[in-house]
Amino acid sequence: MKKILVLLCFSVFFAACSSSDSGSDSSGDGYDRTALLTNWADNIIIPSFEDYQSKVTVLQSEVVNFNATPSEENLVAVRTAWLDAYKAFQYVSMFEIGKAEEVALVNCTNIYPTNATGIENNVTTGTYDLMLLSQYDKQGFPAIDYMINGLGTDDATIVTFYTSNGNAANYKQYLTDLTGRLKSNADLIVNDWTGSYRNTFINNNGNAVSSSVNRMVNIVVKNYEKNIRAGKVGIPAGVFSTGTTYTNKVEAYYKNDVSKVLLNEAVKATQDFFNGKHFSSSINGEGLKAYLNYLNVIKDGQSLSTIINNQFTTIFGATALLSDSFSEQIFNDNSKMITAYDELQRNVTFFKTDMMPALNITVDYVDADGD
Amino acid sequence: MIEAFKDYFNRTTETVTLAFFRLAFGLMMLFSIVRFLSYGWVEKMYIKPQFHFTFYGFEWVRPLGDFTYVLFLICGLSALMVAIGYKYRIAILVFFLSFTYIELMDKTTYLNHYYFISLVSFIMIFLPANAAYSVDAYRNNAFAFQRVPAWTVDVLKLMLGIVYFYAGLAKLNSDWLEAQPLKMWLPMSGGMPVVGSFLRENWIHYFFSWSGALYDLTIPFLLLYRKTRFFGFILVVVFHVFTKMLFPIGVFPYVMIISTLIFFESGFHYKVLQWLFSKLKLDTSRFENNKVKIQGFKYTNQIKLGFLAFFMMLQLLIPFRYLLYPGELFWTEEGFRFSWRVMLMEKSGYTQFKVIDAKTKEAIHVDNSLFLSPFQEKQMSFQPDFILEYAHYLHDYYKNLGYNEPEVYVESYVALNGRLSQKYIDPNVNLAKENESFKHKTWILPFTDEIKGL
Repeated sequence: MKKILVLLCFSVFFAACSSSDSGSDSSGDGYDRTALLTNWADNIIIPSFEDYQSKVTVLQSEVVNFNATPSEENLVAVRTAWLDAYKAFQYVSMFEIGKAEEVALVNCTNIYPTNATGIENNVTTGTYDLMLLSQYDKQGFPAIDYMINGLGTDDATIVTFYTSNGNAANYKQYLTDLTGRLKSNADLIVNDWTGSYRNTFINNNGNAVSSSVNRMVNIVVKNYEKNIRAGKVGIPAGVFSTGTTYTNKVEAYYKNDVSKVLLNEAVKATQDFFNGKHFSSSINGEGLKAYLNYLNVIKDGQSLSTIINNQFTTIFGATALLSDSFSEQIFNDNSKMITAYDELQRNVTFFKTDMMPALNITVDYVDADGD
Repeated sequence: MIEAFKDYFNRTTETVTLAFFRLAFGLMMLFSIVRFLSYGWVEKMYIKPQFHFTFYGFEWVRPLGDFTYVLFLICGLSALMVAIGYKYRIAILVFFLSFTYIELMDKTTYLNHYYFISLVSFIMIFLPANAAYSVDAYRNNAFAFQRVPAWTVDVLKLMLGIVYFYAGLAKLNSDWLEAQPLKMWLPMSGGMPVVGSFLRENWIHYFFSWSGALYDLTIPFLLLYRKTRFFGFILVVVFHVFTKMLFPIGVFPYVMIISTLIFFESGFHYKVLQWLFSKLKLDTSRFENNKVKIQGFKYTNQIKLGFLAFFMMLQLLIPFRYLLYPGELFWTEEGFRFSWRVMLMEKSGYTQFKVIDAKTKEAIHVDNSLFLSPFQEKQMSFQPDFILEYAHYLHDYYKNLGYNEPEVYVESYVALNGRLSQKYIDPNVNLAKENESFKHKTWILPFTDEIKGL
């Protein structure tokens, strides 16, 4: 009897010590999450935001130039700077955590189709507060797209809105305010990361639902699913509207010939993040790929990280067949858009049903017993 | 033959074993209920969600709003009454009913060990577990017996034996023997001190899988035979402590460790209760009255025994009902529950529902988080009966919003035991038109691989 009781006490003691009853924090899988977070912060996220910040700064100064001397030449310069900044944005939109989450970065930077009527109204009245939720669809890159590409059919006409138009001063002011808002958000985010947030982010290195790794992966996957797969391809191609297509819902509709470039940049950014690739460098550091390989996640005899990278290759193969203008592509042959969507979708399922369970990262948190 | 039966049913054993089990079971259940309440799970799992997944045939069992707490209170109170043996028959009946009601409210929370508790408490309704070391026997000597029919203890051993043995049988399949899903699960605990690095070793995955299957298949017999009993119990403790450390499985390890103590000689139970009662300064002499409760064979006794025998026979058959369905059991999950298939597979899914107005063809893509809790969504994403019930809920919801004959389609992917995710449900089937039944669900797409074995 004594032996049995001793054994019982021993078991209760041990089980109690290891108690991970709620499943929220166990000792984890031994992967160095600090190194992972450090690589993400120092080599990917912060450099990407700094690059975005500098591109936005250039855009802002080009707008200042243009407003001082509205000419076709200066308009082209604004346009170039706008596209550069827009491309840089594709590398940061998935990092909506910390300050970027606080300011709702994507909502106030890239809601499209933009509300042209609303913009005209804002310009006419001259009274608006871009901080309001109701103003999300009248600002950001799509709004600037309208302001520099959509006001007229040729550059000469567009420039007249900033010169001879009765509201020219208001148009100038609106353009200034749009770029100013991009700039102030970029500054806020970069300052936060280079200030205290970097350490907050890295030190939250556990594996609970609120830990940085779990949150970051959830946010990146959500961005891939909603903003890239659905927003850039699925919605305009009619996937979510039983086939009714929307040529006007493509990204950068007024410029029109850059929706493919922007899509490719965004997919590339996601893939680079997955591989832990340092920003604008060929060095691969700790990332989801390394994490999956560390856990030796094999699916159907092939490592999952390879399967996911192969799928990215397939995606780029599918987008290569698309016209630079998605509006035209949808109008001429929407089936290629659908194919691209399906290939993008495949990686959503790889992320959500294959990768996240393997990394023990739940799609949002589930706190309950299993059996 | 009849004589042999009678002989068996006339055999008796010390009541103290049954009393020990009653006390231990009641206290564990009380603890389990208190724990559930303390985690705020009643609110989270039964009150907050606007929709609940029901069991086929038990759709009327629903959470009771804030009164769900009263239900838990009743359940906990009856567990306490069972433990101390106060108005035992009513208490165990109320416990069985309230506990089972709770488990039937939402199948999202289904766990094999909850099912086990329902079964054990049902069996206990028929057992004279209050014949000693109970308030009932203390207050009324007519209830007190030092010895009771041996089958009353054996039936509990049989129930436990079934759980282990069938759990072992279920592991005899090509996935488990090739170390899936442990290959995926064990590395997740690779950060544990001392043993962590081993958990990433391939041979450990195989070792755990094979020894786990062997353990389940042999443990009932090791516990039955006197000579191997203590060794068996050490295995029980080691096995369950390990699972407790590796997986979030709540109170189940404790329940199993404590329950297996029933296999020991009555002398052990006697010593434990003597020690306990002396600590509480309670007199136990009146329970040692040498009275023997003899099994009667009157008409009513025969019905009772016959019914219990039939019930236990069902327990042997129910886990095999999956054989009546075509397709891979792990994939379709037709006949998966109530079969002691414990921690057998790693399954995850992804579902995107689409609701279409039959007239206007207007389509809506459903954000599941608007209707389901994260836990519900997770369970729904890979179980066909959940997907169907949810599809019907969406149909009704959008019909109320004014949609014409809403059609519900789902695009879903499921990954099973280390295989890459594949399409799960036929995306062209309008699930609103499909109905739940015990028949095979033809709209589950076929599994592209094969899992051999039981």
